[in-house]
Amino acid sequence: MEGLKVSDANLVVYIHPSKAGKVSQSILRELSTLLFKYNEIFDGVVLAYDVTIQNKNAKVLPGIYPCFGVKLKAKMLLFSPKPDMLLEGKVVKLGKESLHVIVLGFSSASIAEEDIREEFRYRIKHGEEVFASTSHKRHVIKVGSMIQFLVKR
Amino acid sequence: MGVELATDRPGFYEMVDVDVSDSELVYHVRDALKSVSQGDSDHYNQLIAVMHYTGRLAPDEVAMLVTSLKALSGSISYIDIIHHESLLSSIFGMSMWNYGPDVMDALVELIISLAASNGKFVDSCLDMLVRNFMPPKSYLDLLGHPRGLARKHEVLDRVHSALSHIADLVPLAPMRLTPIILQRMPHMFDKEALIVIYVESMLLLESSALGELVGSTMLMALVDRLIDLDVEISWDDIIHEDSGKGIFDMELEDVDDIIDHAEIDGFEHPRGTAGSQILGTNAVADKLDSLMVLICEHLKSCADGERLTKVFETLLQSFWVTVLNAYKSKFSQFVMFYACSLDPEHCGERFAVFLADIFVCRTHPALTRMSAVAYLASYLSRGKFLPLSLIASTLKRLVDWCLEYCHVQNGEEKTINLEAHRVFYSGCQAIMYVLCFRMRSMMDSHRLKSQLLHMPLEPIFCHQLDPLKVCLPSIVEEFLRQAKAAHLFTVSETFLFNNLLESDLSKAFGGMERLDMFFPFDPCLLKKCDRFIRPSFVYWSMVKTTYDDGEDCSSEEDINEYFDGNGKSYMESGITRSLDEHDLDLDEFEYQLNKMSITPRNSLKNGLIFKLENPFRMPARIRPSTSPESL
Repeated sequence: MEGLKVSDANLVVYIHPSKAGKVSQSILRELSTLLFKYNEIFDGVVLAYDVTIQNKNAKVLPGIYPCFGVKLKAKMLLFSPKPDMLLEGKVVKLGKESLHVIVLGFSSASIAEEDIREEFRYRIKHGEEVFASTSHKRHVIKVGSMIQFLVKR
Repeated sequence: MGVELATDRPGFYEMVDVDVSDSELVYHVRDALKSVSQGDSDHYNQLIAVMHYTGRLAPDEVAMLVTSLKALSGSISYIDIIHHESLLSSIFGMSMWNYGPDVMDALVELIISLAASNGKFVDSCLDMLVRNFMPPKSYLDLLGHPRGLARKHEVLDRVHSALSHIADLVPLAPMRLTPIILQRMPHMFDKEALIVIYVESMLLLESSALGELVGSTMLMALVDRLIDLDVEISWDDIIHEDSGKGIFDMELEDVDDIIDHAEIDGFEHPRGTAGSQILGTNAVADKLDSLMVLICEHLKSCADGERLTKVFETLLQSFWVTVLNAYKSKFSQFVMFYACSLDPEHCGERFAVFLADIFVCRTHPALTRMSAVAYLASYLSRGKFLPLSLIASTLKRLVDWCLEYCHVQNGEEKTINLEAHRVFYSGCQAIMYVLCFRMRSMMDSHRLKSQLLHMPLEPIFCHQLDPLKVCLPSIVEEFLRQAKAAHLFTVSETFLFNNLLESDLSKAFGGMERLDMFFPFDPCLLKKCDRFIRPSFVYWSMVKTTYDDGEDCSSEEDINEYFDGNGKSYMESGITRSLDEHDLDLDEFEYQLNKMSITPRNSLKNGLIFKLENPFRMPARIRPSTSPESL
């Protein structure tokens, strides 16, 4: 599956003095706030990180609260699908006009009827809504099937 | 399935033939949507007009609305967030409360499809659903009627199932949902019915499948709201007018007796008058009351569903962050009390250990520690469900801490800085308070009796720091009295009873906040949620003291009254006994009381009410500023 990449990042995390006793915990907490959100700088949704603290010394930031900045190196797992990338996901909802897919368990995609290959027709088989292939009899898309699709936008 | 045309209504379907199929309708709608970007908005505007049908709808209008919504669901991919902004805002502005089930279903289907189709719509869809937690203002009065209730169930069922569907289709939706819910929460000065119905939905979410993700935030927001309301209730509202009735009229636990009294007097007193007389018609108190009832009911259902332990952790966290440091929270803490009563083994113990941990931990601020030990003392004394072993072990912890503190303070100080040792004094007062309530039961148990006798109480109370002089006199008195009867100490009798008038010293350690007079679990004055608390609550009148041994069967009238099985009679005899014992009549007692308070009369009303709350020998209504907790 395309769209996943690992990036190296140099980060500085600023920590409030009250957390000076538990620095690694607060670093991890701070980085966790990035998770599952799209980040412009990284150009992707952060899925996971792996952190190594570079230096035991930290610079104190001048200001009202003497927060100190800790330099880190981190490996970030990012998800950034671009148009014409092939992704795969699980179908969660099937309708006459669209297919809803969940990718990697957190990202939802929707495929409109017109973007579905011509060979697939919407049918109701055995009380279940499916997209059945007209060319291959056994090929059926229903709720729970894994499909691959191209990213449009 | 065809569509019935309303021929007399011009508009959207003007151009369309009779018996149009669904798919043709869908194409029609798609065309209407597409043509907007090309400049032709006629059909589009007609579509919007359909969305704005209001009031009581005729069947054909309903049909039109339903089919339009369904057609829109089929044309989701053609809806553009910019070009079709007015259509979208009309859809999101619709309130499900105004329509029948058919329209509701179609609307919900549309919302779910919108949310699933494009991430840009998710927030608005969630917002629309959350807004539908509450009915339009005009509908609020109808909620009391069966028809209104039926409509409420219809709407809320659909709203909550829509939320869970969206969460299935868009896994990150709950992350977006939480801030929206918190934002839309009604202000605390909004109408009670509105707040109640919104909170109902919040609690429903907590127990739903989404609860794992949003539940803890919901609960914490609710406790915050409880404290907001709590803080708004001023102490003045709690004082009632001295109307010259008998001594026990305001005794909350004896509503029965109030009724008896009233009937004797020859006029009816409706139940629950006691509560309302105490809090007046305080709207804020009512709101707090209703919310607490909702939360208690929710906790009960959690306990039934075996989820209480997890929910309790969130509650505990919330208590720690919000309630503990709120200045003298009045009733919100009873939510914790009730939760503990539902599961004494885990939650009950957890709460006690939690509070004790805060008290002994030096890194917490002094006020927090004093507040925690005040909560602990009140909790251990009032929780009927607490096993004596837990009380004993917690007491031991407090005693050990105090002893340790005493050992550390071995300097020869001429004048003792009371404020510097305030944590110590609050710890001592807590120990005495708990023992006032529990000494008798502990003495009755062989194992605990020996444990209690072995506790190093003497070194603490006879220490140079002199807690007996500094702590609240009424507690000290009662404690010494019981200790004497139980032969707890080996010191001479002259040592006791020589500190009646040092009340100002207790103020010194209690500080501006008067934490020396903070008894958070004193009887709850909110009438509706009181029924949750009452079964597990220890009233002072229920407490057997160590000096009551020979006096139960002393006089005949006492026997008869005692076996009434009613708190009132026991107490009444307690009062007459204690008054007789000390040869005080009411006037002299008043005099004593006034002597105790050196501060001017006015401040009695404002800050020092709870001085009198300490109930051990004080009648309920001796001063205008008494609290309702009598003996």
